[in-house]
Amino acid sequence: MAETAQMQVSDEVAIRINNMNKWYGAFHVLRDIDLTVHRGERIVICGPSGSGKSTLIRCINALEEHQKGSIEVDGTLLSSDLKNIDKIRSEVGMCFQHFNLFPHLTILENCTLAPIWVRKTPKKEAEETAMHFLEKVKIPDQANKYPGQLSGGQQQRVAIARSLCMRPRIMLFDEPTSALDPEMIKEVLDTMIELAEEGMTMLCVTHEMGFARQVANRVIFMDEGQIVEQNEPEAFFNNPQSPRTQLFLSQILGH
Amino acid sequence: MSDTHAESIAFVRESSLPPAAPPEKVGGPFKWVKDNLFPTWANAILTIVALYFLYLLLSGSLPWLLNGVWNASSLSECREILDGATGACFSVISERWHQLLFGFKYPSDQYWRPTLALVLLFLAVAPVLFIDLPRKLLIFTGIYPFLAFWLIWGGPIWGPVFALLGVIVGYMVYARLVHNSFAKALAGGIVAAAIVWYVGGIIGDALRPARPLLEAVPSRDLGGFMLNMMLGITCVSLSLPIGIALALGRQSHLPIVKGICVVFIEFVRGVPLITLLFVANVMLAYFFPPGSGVDLFIRVVIMITMFSSAYIAEVIRGGLAALPKGQYEAADSLGLDYPQAMRLIILPQALKISIPGIVNIAVGLFKDTTLVSVISLFDIIGMIRGPILASTDWNGVYWELFLFASVLFFIVCYGISQYSQWLERRLATDHR
Repeated sequence: MAETAQMQVSDEVAIRINNMNKWYGAFHVLRDIDLTVHRGERIVICGPSGSGKSTLIRCINALEEHQKGSIEVDGTLLSSDLKNIDKIRSEVGMCFQHFNLFPHLTILENCTLAPIWVRKTPKKEAEETAMHFLEKVKIPDQANKYPGQLSGGQQQRVAIARSLCMRPRIMLFDEPTSALDPEMIKEVLDTMIELAEEGMTMLCVTHEMGFARQVANRVIFMDEGQIVEQNEPEAFFNNPQSPRTQLFLSQILGH
Repeated sequence: MSDTHAESIAFVRESSLPPAAPPEKVGGPFKWVKDNLFPTWANAILTIVALYFLYLLLSGSLPWLLNGVWNASSLSECREILDGATGACFSVISERWHQLLFGFKYPSDQYWRPTLALVLLFLAVAPVLFIDLPRKLLIFTGIYPFLAFWLIWGGPIWGPVFALLGVIVGYMVYARLVHNSFAKALAGGIVAAAIVWYVGGIIGDALRPARPLLEAVPSRDLGGFMLNMMLGITCVSLSLPIGIALALGRQSHLPIVKGICVVFIEFVRGVPLITLLFVANVMLAYFFPPGSGVDLFIRVVIMITMFSSAYIAEVIRGGLAALPKGQYEAADSLGLDYPQAMRLIILPQALKISIPGIVNIAVGLFKDTTLVSVISLFDIIGMIRGPILASTDWNGVYWELFLFASVLFFIVCYGISQYSQWLERRLATDHR
């Protein structure tokens, strides 16, 4: 599995983060982050809470502003110019811990909104695309319901479909399964695995280590705003180098 | 639990329990009275005391209401008919009906004009209030303000026609540019409309007919409940968009925009409405270019709109604050720009949360329109306190007149409140 995944990675750079730093007031959340993500790569980011992993991926689509260093997405340097930010955001899909579906719109409208208004896709075409992706996440029959009528797992799959409708080249996942019941985690992970197998460039903040072993090319461990260790999943789990990583893994795999 | 074995801990369910119907309710009027009115001694005493007060209230007011006189021409004649018995003199309402509704200066052969405007109002607001009606009806809603203006004020038709034309041209320019940039489209639309208004004003002056189709009625001649309705409807419909703009402005990251909005809201909220109305009556004329002579009605509308839009802005700000941050982030992460995110995601939800607050302000504003009576406009309260009570025929008829005014206001306000409850249910999509 890991080998076939490896083969899809190209030399093309999708994201290049250079010496990036971020502060919340005086608090130094991200310290000297250097990260290069190639097209087709699947990266899992883990670490204790407060380690800055969510902040890191939120900087990539400018939901958080970084103060020092540079982020380059798909060859576009992230600046504070709004047009530039909106362009990057329309290329980068994101899924949130709490799904953040729009509760006043139906599932279908949730999926067609951005293509219609940002991409200026005709409504009919946008609806066809939406139905295609809703079938892919296996909930086409819920298209005319409202988010409040769906289970958590279904909502998260809609959120993934909503992002995919924008045909993003990169997907960011911010703890997509941590607000879900155990029975629903699997249906969301299956969707993500399918996406990974199609060669989507993915950055996932997650604690699902089984998922990391199965689809990741690289696992990154963060603590105190720094990248402490990164490696291929086999080596990362079987032979962690840093004592902090060893402690973390023993905590979460121990039970 | 027939398949449990009492003596062991281990348990495996062998058959699934079918869902059972809920136990039937034991009913009957006697049981309802016992459960709801006399469940305990203390409650029984409360019930009896409450019934006694109800009796006092009704025994005092019902004879007065039911024994009312409807066909006398003055208070003394009414008293003769009553001949010492308790009874209301409702004849003041039937005799002064037109004055209460239209004021005492509106030409009496033209009463059909405001009446027609009121009937058309229902047609115009229907598609706004009931979102399930066909959207095409909104065209009439767009025309209505100009039509109603012409019907009520009369005069040459060119004014409203060019005003409408300006709006249409402005909208067309806006619609053409909006796909590029919302801000540019808005500015372009406003400029285009202003050009049409300016040119239209010159043409309209040139075309001024010797005798207009509808006789012109100056604002000073408007009055009665009609004036309250006109002020209420105009000010509510103007203050909602202004309130939204102020609420968004107050959240803006641009310090000057934010500062202006905060100062405006805090200033207006800190000043009594009646002060603003006196300003409108006396002082606002100084702010306009000399000789422009901005109409008193417009000055009052400006002041009341300012006042209520500041309150509505604060209510909407509450709605904006109640939305989870994730909604803003989701809209951002999909690449929607600020106007799109606000219009499509944030405002629909924030306004829905704000409905009770907005309605509260709309109802309060509608009742506050009676304050214009203190700047000598003859709205329904001004009519009652002025011409009607001052006349020799009806000097001293307070209860009947104010009761009538209360009933009119109650009907409108209760209607608004019922509508808002329906709307909240209609828009409830989140927890079904």
